[in-house]
Order: sequence, then structure tokens, then C-alpha cells
Amino acid sequence: MSESLDLTLKVWRQASHDAQGAFRTYQLSGISIDMSFLEMLDVLNEHLINRGEEPVAFDHDCREGICGTCGVVINGQPHGPDTKTTTCQLHMRRFKNGDTIVIEPWRASSFPVVKDLVVDRSAFDRIMQAGGYVSVNTGNAPDANAVLVPGRDQEKAMDAAACIGCGACVAACKNASAMLFVSAKVSQLAILPQGKPERAERVLKMVARMDEENFGSCTNTYECEAACPAAISVTNIARLNREYFKAMLVSDPV
Amino acid sequence: MSTVSTTTLNSRVPSGPMDQRWENRKQELKLVNPANKRKYNIIIVGTGLAGASAASSLAELGYNVKSFCLQDSPRRAHSIAAQGGINAAKNYPNDGDSVWRLFYDTVKGGDFRARESNVYRLAYLSNLIIDQCAAQGVPFAREYGGTLANRSFGGAQVSRTFYARGQTGQQLLLGAYSSMMRQVEAGRVKLFPRKEMMDLVVVDGVARGIVTRDLVTGKYESFAADAVLLCTGGYGNVYYLSTNAKNCNVTAAWRCYKRGAYFANPCFTQIHPTCIPTSGHYQSKLTLMSESLRNDGRVWVPKQQNDPRSPDQIPHEERDYFLERRYPAFGNLVPRDVASRAAKERCDAGFGVGTTKMAVYLDFQDAIGRLGEETVRARYGNLFDMYQKITDDNPYKVPMRIYPAVHYTMGGLWVDYHLQSTVPGLFVLGEANFSDHGANRLGASALMQGLADGYFIIPYTVGDHLASTSPGKITTEHPAFAATMADAVGRAEQIMAVNGSRSVDSIHRELGSLMWENVGMSRTAEGLTATIDQIRRLRHEFWKNVKVMGSGEEFNQNLEHAGRLADFLEFAELLTNDALNRNESCGGHFRAEYQAENEALRDDENYCYAAAWEFNGVDQAPQLHKEPLTFEEVHLTTRSYK
Repeated sequence: MSESLDLTLKVWRQASHDAQGAFRTYQLSGISIDMSFLEMLDVLNEHLINRGEEPVAFDHDCREGICGTCGVVINGQPHGPDTKTTTCQLHMRRFKNGDTIVIEPWRASSFPVVKDLVVDRSAFDRIMQAGGYVSVNTGNAPDANAVLVPGRDQEKAMDAAACIGCGACVAACKNASAMLFVSAKVSQLAILPQGKPERAERVLKMVARMDEENFGSCTNTYECEAACPAAISVTNIARLNREYFKAMLVSDPV
Repeated sequence: MSTVSTTTLNSRVPSGPMDQRWENRKQELKLVNPANKRKYNIIIVGTGLAGASAASSLAELGYNVKSFCLQDSPRRAHSIAAQGGINAAKNYPNDGDSVWRLFYDTVKGGDFRARESNVYRLAYLSNLIIDQCAAQGVPFAREYGGTLANRSFGGAQVSRTFYARGQTGQQLLLGAYSSMMRQVEAGRVKLFPRKEMMDLVVVDGVARGIVTRDLVTGKYESFAADAVLLCTGGYGNVYYLSTNAKNCNVTAAWRCYKRGAYFANPCFTQIHPTCIPTSGHYQSKLTLMSESLRNDGRVWVPKQQNDPRSPDQIPHEERDYFLERRYPAFGNLVPRDVASRAAKERCDAGFGVGTTKMAVYLDFQDAIGRLGEETVRARYGNLFDMYQKITDDNPYKVPMRIYPAVHYTMGGLWVDYHLQSTVPGLFVLGEANFSDHGANRLGASALMQGLADGYFIIPYTVGDHLASTSPGKITTEHPAFAATMADAVGRAEQIMAVNGSRSVDSIHRELGSLMWENVGMSRTAEGLTATIDQIRRLRHEFWKNVKVMGSGEEFNQNLEHAGRLADFLEFAELLTNDALNRNESCGGHFRAEYQAENEALRDDENYCYAAAWEFNGVDQAPQLHKEPLTFEEVHLTTRSYK
């Protein structure tokens, strides 16, 4: 038999976007250390339903760390204490018997609360639609080997492309900046030859949309990188800045 | 409204030489004038590989697309979780691959229960997909010189799998998503996230729209269109525990079934051999370890039953590398159904490992010795990390423990060669259709099919349908919309009104364990018959005793789950009936009565058909329609991997 934990949870409850929210305290006992964090919340919800109380709303889907749907702030840290780990991949063996765990939604004005721990991250989609693509219609592609991509560039592009769009970078930032998210896509497509034709236009449009969505400015505190479950590096932010200045200052930026 | 369609099965398969059928058909298909395309509305439900690729491609052509998904963003559809890769017949490695060979492998891998013409077209289109995705900036793995890298994958003797680390699905989906978002910006695609399709609106036998529930406000709405594309994935969560995302469900497909679309081969379910075993009763889902691991990992159990020793204490000669022993030609790379059954057989016989004894080892010591830890890390690092996070074991030091889990469903709504269901105007793409995979899907073929359907098939076939109908003929003013919406609202109210004492999750878990035990990897007529009664009893229990908290007029995940479970409880019976009807073993469907030396025994004389089921009412026996399958190119043979 594996060990089990008795825990005190302080969970943010908010009935709807317009309602006043508050922390509620719940006691849980007999939590197996092999449970995932979300399975622990499942257990809480089963208890609540059996007691006739409303379960805690939280977003989740793949529970494999790749869809980017889940994400809560755990004891002040987006996705909790483990590095490079989504909430669904955090396991209870990380906690100790008797711990108090404070659970909150992402806090950022660009991510309004929908209910309890669920927020609206559609601002990310709107940034993507501003330029996070290569304009190539179906059927227009040359043979995939016609454009060579050096292995090292491909690796760097893949490092940036690994972003899961969870929003932890925004939640971790004191300014609620979306720079890590935006820079990941800008970098991927700036590094790859397929993204070159729209390189300048893309960075200008995506940054403009990011500002319209009221995300804060980047002040280089790197909290975003520390919180990122997909290990997106802040060097992407530096690359975004270079791309942006080049596009702004040079008359023929490409 | 009548729920019985009088459509007879016409697969519309072209005649002529296999390798020219699709090109010939394209020449016959009617076209929509470019100036008229913007007058047509197309609804696409689901934003995975099939849905997103269809949305971008159709919008690029000029159609008005409305795209619906139940996630908060279209980028989160479950295609994102596919790890291993995507097949194509590029033959870049010069190892003897061809369109014909990919076609042959897929037909054989599907155990001769797929439609040959569809499979050929899939293999034929595979190369275009890689071109398209590379052009979108999908960072496929490359050799140092810049050319694309390939690897071999379960069931194939050539290296034809393209991949992006262990995140191929993510990268392909983000490519399709980004193309779709470009069309959102252009105003050609309108996005409707967090809206769940609750029903299909059928007018005079033709699909004309959908009814949705807004998952934030609880509001019901209806939308009219000239064609409806269902791209809603598979039904693996009928087993509760599966590798599917938690929100994957059968509801959209099931609603269409109840409105007249036939459901084909639901018993063809794929149990994936390499998943992380369950750790306790609270288990909420199972995690796949990519099949690519079998390229370098060796599967074994101790030769001694109930061996208490830790794996490092068991010498080489006391290990049974049972896949290599039984299938010397393919070894650890046998197809998924074969590998899964072999693992189950060993565990049932008492050779299983780990605390539950329901696991086998997947061992990388030889690979690490041969290639070095760094190379193994480069190939599988993210998978090893994921394994360690979940199990707290280090797979570089101790073998992984793996066990089969429900992963993919080959069955789905019946479609013809045009991907149209038995309800005209309703097209079904990707995993949601009964597809090109027959009774078993080969690794790295799901992504290929989703994208072939969306990028390269539907843009042609939906045009043919639209060219024969005038745009905007039916609007939401038609009484069928109000009637369908009233049905959907009524169903939710009925669920809320039960107010019993059992949670939705507890009933879903009970259904899942019923299905896994009796309709899982090994099935018998006796077990299936008893299961049908138990499913009915559980369905009754649901409608008498389920307890759903909150109200229908708000964000209510408990109600969402309840609605999906209500459909699974009906669907489970159809799946079980289909398994009972099919008195043979083939692919993912294994009936214990039909085997020879532990291998599946197919019955081509009596079961070489796709079973398409027509709805006749809940608690009524469905009507079976048979689509005979003929094999002109790949001759029916016993599938052997020995």
C-alpha cells in the first residue's frame, strides 16, 4: 500500500465572472501519494457531490501535459512546485501529510474568470490569428524535402514550437505579460525558412494584437520561464525583440 | 420527426484500376463556381486534425465555415496528444516503400475489414500531407543536412514515419490550427469554442444544421448550414479509462445515429499495448507511452510465475521476451492488437509484474548499452520524463512497466467514398467515421487519415454535394430547428430532474469496468449477452438515481459529463451487440471462441463485411445493414507476423 496524506485545501470559489469570489476551506484525508493533482480534485468533487455541494469547476482534458487546458495556481506557483510540469502531471507525492494547499485560478485581467478555477484564455487565440501562421493554402506546398532545414535550426524551432498555450507564463508574470507565449510562435516561424516571407509582418501584427488584448509589458524577471511546463526559454523573448526592432527600423525589414 | 432513414448502403466506390480511382472520381465530381462558394455555409464540429484541416481548406476555397468545439480553444482538441508520428509513402529512406506498400500494409494491418478503395486513396494522399505540413512550418525531425528524418513504427518493415519528437500530433494540430486561425482573421471561419453539439437538425432526410449548448452560459442555440461535417473523434471513453482526453465523447456521433446516420463496426476498438498501468481506484485516465518505444525497448516477463525478484535481479536467460519468441519476423514491432493480446495472455497466466501483476516490462538496457544513454534520451527523453513523473521510477535505470489500454476506435459513423453518412449533407471525417483502418489501425496512421480527410478529400466531395443544392435553402426559421432544440433542452432537464444519489462519475466508472472486463481485449458470446443486460440495468440506474449538481443555466461540468454518459450508456449496448454479432476474431475484436493457437481466427466466408447499424429506438434491436467488402488488390490471407 502506498502512503496517504491528510490535507487542508483552500480553494477559490467564484460562481460566475460577475460574482464575488472567495476562498473556501476543505479537509481531505487518505489521499494516495500516487494520485495526480487533478485526481485529488476529482476526489474532492466526489465528496462535495455526495454532500450535496457544488463541485469545484476546473479546466482539464488530456491529463497528459500536452493539451494546455489545465492550470491552476498552487501555493502561489502556476502549475505548482515542480518545474516543467503541468498541473495534471503534478503528483501528490510532492506534498507532505498535513499540508495546506492554496488553489487559485490564473490571475490576469486578460484572462477573466469564468467560474471557480476556470478562466477565459481566448485572447491567446486572437493573438495567433493576427499572424501566428505561414500563409500557405492547401495544395500549394512543394515537396517537403525541397526546402532544407538544417538540423540545428529545426531543433531550435521545435524547442519554441513546444509551447502548449496554457497561459502559465501570463499567470506567473507580475505584469501579466504574454511575451513568452508570443515569442515562442514568432521564434519558431522566424527560424524556419518557411516562415521567412512573413517574418516582419508577423511580429508586428502579433505584438500589436497582444497589446490590444491588454497584456502587460515584459520587464525581464523570467518568472514566465520558471513557470513554463514546456520549457520555453526566455531567449525567445530576446529573439522577438530583435525581430520586432528589425521590422520597425528597417525600411525593407526582410 | 421520423428517425428512420430509408437510405440503402451505396458506398459510391469508383470502378477502374485501383491507382486511378480517386483521380477519375475527382474528374466526375461537380464543382461550385468560385463566385458562389461564399453563399454556402458549412458547419464543422470538432477542431482536431480532421476538423481544423477541413475548416482551413474549405475557407481557403471561399466557403463560409462555422467551426465548433467544446474546448476553450480549438488548439486543444485531442489530436494534440498523438505522440509517435505520421506515415507517408515518400520512400525518402530508399528502403523499398511505395504507395502500394503503404496501402497493402494498411489493408493487412486492418485485418481485411477496411474498404480497399478508401485505403488506397489514403496511401496515395499521404505524401501531400507531409508537403503541406512542412510548408506550414511544422518542425518535423530532420537529418543534419536538412532533409526529413524517418523512423519505423509498429507493424511496418520500412521507415515511413515522420515525427516531431514525441509530439507529432501537437505539431500537426498546431499547423492545422494556425491555418484555420488565418482564415478566422480573414473572416471566412467563425469560431464557436465552448459550444457543444447537442443534436443534428434533419429536414426532409437532409442534414441542415445543429443545436448547440453554450458551455459557459448554458444557452441553447441552433445553426443552419448547407452541409454539416462531423469531426468529433472516437468513443474510447465508453470504457471510462482510456488514453483519450477526459472530454472525448460519443454524443455528437450518437445524436446523428439517432437521426438516421448508420453506425459501423463499433466493436472495432483498439487496445494499445504500451500504456502506464493503473495505480489505484481513483485512476482518472491512462497515459500512453508511444509505440515508437518498441523500436528500441524489449518487452519481457519473468519465465517463472509470480517471480518476486526485482527486474535487475532476473538474469537474461530467466526472462521471456515473449514477442520476440512468438513473432521472430516482427518481434517487438508486431501490430498493436497482437502485442496487447500477448501481454494480457502472459499476465492472465500469472507472469505479470509490478504490484498489481497486471503489467509487463519494456526494457531499454540493451538499447542504452548499444546506443548510449544520450541517444536514447534524444529519441525518447520526453516520454521517459513523463513516465518518471507518473510512476516515480527512472526508466533509464529500471524497465518501464506497461499494460494495454483503450486508445483508438476504428468504428464510427458509416460513410461512403465521399465521406458522406447515410444522412445526405452529413459528412464524417477522421476517427469519427468508420474509417480506413478496418479492424485494427496501424501506428502513425490516425494522423494521416484525419489530415487526408480534411485537407485533400472533403474539399472535393463536399463541393459535389453543394453543387446539387441551392445555398441557404433552409434557415433556422424552419420548425425542425425549434423541435430539435426542444428535444435537446428536454433531455438536459430530464437529467437535472432525476436528483438521485449517485454521482455521474461513479456510474461512468461502473460502465467502464463492465465494458473493459467483458467487451475489452477478449470477448465471449456468454459474457457479451450478460453485459447487455447489465448495461440496460445501469442505464436504468442512471435515469433513476443520478445526481447532478447546479443548474442547466450556467457553466456546469457535472451536467456536461452526465449528458455524455447518458449517450455512452446507450452506445455501449450497440458496441456490445456488434461484438456479439461478429462471430469471428479480427484485429481489435477478439472473440475467445474463435482462435487457433492464441491467434485470431477470421471468418471471411461469413463476416467479410462492414456492419452498419440503423437506429430503431432505445431498448429496440437496431437494424443491421451489411456492406460487403471485396479485395481485388490485396488478397485475403491469414495475417501472420511470425
